[in-house]
Amino acid sequence: MNTHYRVTRSSTATHISMLLAVLLIVVLVTVPWWAGRAEMRLLGEIFLYLALASLWNLLAGYAGLVSVGQQAYVGFGGYMLFALTMFGGLHPLAAIAMAGVLGAIIAVPVAALMFRLRGAYFAIGTWVMAEVFRLSFAQVSALGGGSGSSLPVAIVKSLSASRSSRESLSYWLALAAVVIVILTVVFTLRSRKGLALTAIRDNELAAGSLGINIWRTKFLVYVAASSLTAVLGALIFLQKLRISPDAAFAVNDWTAFVIFIVVIGGIGTVEGPIIGTLVFFALRETMADLGTIYLILLGVVAIAIMLVAPKGLWGLIRSRFDLQLFPLGYRVESTSSNKGE
Amino acid sequence: MEWVNAVIQGTLLGGLYALFAAGLSLIFGVMRLVNIAHGDLIILAAYLGLSTTVAFGMHPLLALIVVIPVMAALGYVLQRVVLNRTLGGDLLSPLLVTFGLSVIIQNVLLNVYSADPQKMGAGALETASVKIGTVSLGVLPLLTFVIAIAVIAGLQWIFYRTALGRAFRAVSDNQDIAQLMGLNKHHIYGLALALSLAVTAIAGLLLGIRTSFDPAVGGSRLIFGFEAVIIGGLGNLWGTLAGGVILGVAQTLGALINPGWQLLAGHIVFLIILAIRPNGLFPRMSE
Repeated sequence: MNTHYRVTRSSTATHISMLLAVLLIVVLVTVPWWAGRAEMRLLGEIFLYLALASLWNLLAGYAGLVSVGQQAYVGFGGYMLFALTMFGGLHPLAAIAMAGVLGAIIAVPVAALMFRLRGAYFAIGTWVMAEVFRLSFAQVSALGGGSGSSLPVAIVKSLSASRSSRESLSYWLALAAVVIVILTVVFTLRSRKGLALTAIRDNELAAGSLGINIWRTKFLVYVAASSLTAVLGALIFLQKLRISPDAAFAVNDWTAFVIFIVVIGGIGTVEGPIIGTLVFFALRETMADLGTIYLILLGVVAIAIMLVAPKGLWGLIRSRFDLQLFPLGYRVESTSSNKGE
Repeated sequence: MEWVNAVIQGTLLGGLYALFAAGLSLIFGVMRLVNIAHGDLIILAAYLGLSTTVAFGMHPLLALIVVIPVMAALGYVLQRVVLNRTLGGDLLSPLLVTFGLSVIIQNVLLNVYSADPQKMGAGALETASVKIGTVSLGVLPLLTFVIAIAVIAGLQWIFYRTALGRAFRAVSDNQDIAQLMGLNKHHIYGLALALSLAVTAIAGLLLGIRTSFDPAVGGSRLIFGFEAVIIGGLGNLWGTLAGGVILGVAQTLGALINPGWQLLAGHIVFLIILAIRPNGLFPRMSE
């Protein structure tokens, strides 16, 4: 009997979940035709938060880059949307794409500087950087200085003449963004770079001794994640139509919530941010009236999960059911050829 | 003359920043913990001071008698109940747990004291000044600077001259051997955070007398403290004072050029020093 072994990355579970994901996306695409304006807005917000969380998870959970300053790129992207459309005369869609390019360009020197700081000091260093961004944009009087500015009506109308079709477009853009971000994360993790990343996540010292260029891998991940975060920032402020330094670079809105989402869901997994986003919005929608109490509870839940189940809710589920929804694991399958049987 | 004045005022302001930084530097030195809630704990101390002065009608500086022990006790309990459980593994869990604490403290303060800015009245101390030549120095900034020097000298003394300091250095160097020598590292860590928060109490009260504060300003105090630590060099308490002074001077000079540039100038000086000397000006330990 000859037994051959084959390494596969998919399983029945991943086949089923990928099929369901495609069906879900198809259903979500049709939402503007049958759902109300409020639901559409909420879904759009969920998509953008999920995308932010997936990118932060790629940084912190895989590359070990715990950034408390990703709001720098959210705000930067938002401001680029405003600046490029108002002064560059760009179409909003072109400005959103351009925000990503500029986000990547600005992330290069930032990374070069921040990577001199290790671990927790990197975290606070990125926060300083975000403050520098906030204070700098507050100095630009053409963009409204400290009080901010609104997107001119003509630019808003250039997206589409009617309000409902603008809202649909904004929704589809958010949906497209989250699909692209998750696909990027999954394909990055499946690639050679992703293998390097997973190795770094598991043991940085061992990864380095196997010849992985840790600095360069982390650098590429940081630049890519920051660039996509800038695109998301542009989309967020396309929804809001108004920007100010305090809103654009809010550490609570764009980083604290995102961190809580990832921690609650499970850091270092693709599924974690999805679960975390659902839990976060479920909590928010049911407890929004509680105001500050809700934020205190959120903090308590995040700390409790960190202490009791550091792998988050998805970690609990996975340890019980050995489940993986995305084709990222490695399994060995035996394929016996029936010679002797 | 304007410039000389700005440098002197900035130096005195640096004393306050060194007080923000000293507690941060201390616990990093002992247990490699970066406390993201440090700034919010400073603001918490300021509010405790405010409540104490209101409740007992005492002078804010006298309120230290109440606030220091309360903050120290809080630090010990916090370390024993929560933070000790995060140490040992990767740096992610202490970071995220203190980040969660930061959000909790901010919102508890918001709930109890509202978002309105508050300030502590310290009577004549607030406006008193001494004239040296043509420069007039506020008594309060001067006092803050002297207290900063005293606190850092005190911490230095504890660290290198006392049994507690030996225990701090022992668990910092090698936890396991320190345990074998009969030191309970959990207890030592608790004492380290207690000491850190006692310093925080002093920093918070001086901050609250000097300027108005609200529940949301903790983050920027953390950043100032952190910048002072990095500029001065990790593990060097006197370096932290130098870092605070450099930051304070950068801010007052920035404000002199353009009022909008005060904070920006401080951050930019920090980034320049980071670019040129990533380990700070007077490093004592790596990382």
